[in-house]
Amino acid sequence: MKPGHGEIVLAEGDVEIPEQERELIEAFRRELDSGMWAAVPLAAPGGRRQAELVRSFEDVPRDAERVIFFPRAAGGAPATDAS
Amino acid sequence: MVLALGTAGVVLVVLVWELMRPTLARGLASARAGWAARVRGPEPVGYDPGRERRAEQRARALLRSCVDEQDWAMYRDLGLLRVWGGIGERGRGSDASYAYLIYPHKPIVAYVPATGELLNEYCVEFPDHSRPFGSARLPDSDDVLAKWMALTADERRLIGEANMHLPGRQIDPERIRRDLARVERWEREQAGGAPGSVRAA
Repeated sequence: MKPGHGEIVLAEGDVEIPEQERELIEAFRRELDSGMWAAVPLAAPGGRRQAELVRSFEDVPRDAERVIFFPRAAGGAPATDAS
Repeated sequence: MVLALGTAGVVLVVLVWELMRPTLARGLASARAGWAARVRGPEPVGYDPGRERRAEQRARALLRSCVDEQDWAMYRDLGLLRVWGGIGERGRGSDASYAYLIYPHKPIVAYVPATGELLNEYCVEFPDHSRPFGSARLPDSDDVLAKWMALTADERRLIGEANMHLPGRQIDPERIRRDLARVERWEREQAGGAPGSVRAA
């Protein structure tokens, strides 16, 4: 997710192909190093959808279709309308 | 003789001035425009006024692909998402003792579903200080998705990051009560398939 732009595809690949997996790992680390959070949307037991925050590439389920990076949460500014 | 030459001179000057005036006026206007452009600086390269709208469309598609169909329908129809609370409980669900309302770019509101009592406002944002695309704000639906992901993934962490306030700090409690009533009515309509349910795209 990028402000003013929305969704951007950062990297695509198959984790079963070593070269592509390396590229995915590099993209993953780059985003986390820049301060983003990473989340994987999942179907929870019972069918409800939820997300899981991942802190390393190893935490990403091997069958995950995507990882979504978004800016780290911070306490909103109390003096303004935006929160 | 001198008078005649003087008069002829004056007439000549006036004629030359009249002939030159349009050219001088154009030159002056051009110089003014050039000066103003230098003061303004270069025009933004590739500025696209429709970018924010397309960003929101992409964000809505992403949100829809992540949340339950029912949740998406609620957001599409009412402009908000409800997330059941889960801290200290065995599981989330409609029997949870508390829940959250997520609005785009507004605080997350915690409330008691059974009574409608408002608990707190949690003010949280997802700022991107790099501003690579000219705005520090996520599109509305991305902001909702970010809150949804953070709440469902690590509720305690998100609540810990947020600034907590009593209800009414930023969102009018009456508005929230009206929204809770809308949610209740909407769910009844969805469950009963009653006609008249709002279907805004």
